[in-house]
Amino acid sequence: MTTVTSSGRARVSLVGETDIRIERDFDARKDLVYRAVTDPELIRRWWNAKRGEVTVCEVDLRVGGRWRYVMVTTDGMEVGFHGTILELIPGEKVVQTELYEMPGLAEEDATVNTMELLERDGRTTMTVLQHCRTAEIREAILQSGMEAGMQDAYDLLEEVARSLD
Amino acid sequence: MARAPTTSDAFNAVAEPRRRAILDALAGGERSVNQLVTAVGLAQPQVSKHLRVLHDVGLVDVRDAGRQRLYRLNGPELKPIFDWVRAYERTWSERFDLLDEVLEDLKHGEEHRDDDRDE
Repeated sequence: MTTVTSSGRARVSLVGETDIRIERDFDARKDLVYRAVTDPELIRRWWNAKRGEVTVCEVDLRVGGRWRYVMVTTDGMEVGFHGTILELIPGEKVVQTELYEMPGLAEEDATVNTMELLERDGRTTMTVLQHCRTAEIREAILQSGMEAGMQDAYDLLEEVARSLD
Repeated sequence: MARAPTTSDAFNAVAEPRRRAILDALAGGERSVNQLVTAVGLAQPQVSKHLRVLHDVGLVDVRDAGRQRLYRLNGPELKPIFDWVRAYERTWSERFDLLDEVLEDLKHGEEHRDDDRDE
């Protein structure tokens, strides 16, 4: 397994009432980053966020094409996301809808995510602007991160506990 | 103990744009209702209504100063919201750390290039 130094922290900020902005620099050219975020076999490897296994990863990479990711978390929870690609500039930009498949959310609650890649000196900055229809939906999305974050905390706690042995 | 607010209460309270505007105004320091009326451009009954909600979830404290009541931001109660954002950020950080590994493999797969990392 390759050991990789992290190229930095993901920066998440809230924009206005309804948007979430995620930004991260990568030590790679943008065509490679684009491949890694659009090729299903590669997406499988990182989208799990070390919290489980990606069981479904389908991307029909064209305007109007559908995509769907499903992950089974280590504690057995199945989480799914799907959407439609609205705009595509190969190697540069993808605009797509994203719906977290959870009770209480309907198709029209999908967020519109604009992913853009900007290369400079061989490094690439990825920006994802996640636009939610309402403040409540943004709240639900952040809350889903909360659950995952809790799991993270438990994992860390377990590690610490083991190291004390 | 009177520390009533749950995280969702605080979140609901700030989901309302006008209440957010009031919190923004209070971020600059203590304000009377009249000052808030001017700052956010709402009628006084509306400002008072929003202040009541913010006060109920603990985001705003109030004290009497002579004939007027002064409102101020209660920062620690905003922490749950801050924490939610941080948790979401962690999920993405984990994803992107893995994405770094994928990118390393892609780089090594297509070219031979010195890739010394100093940091």
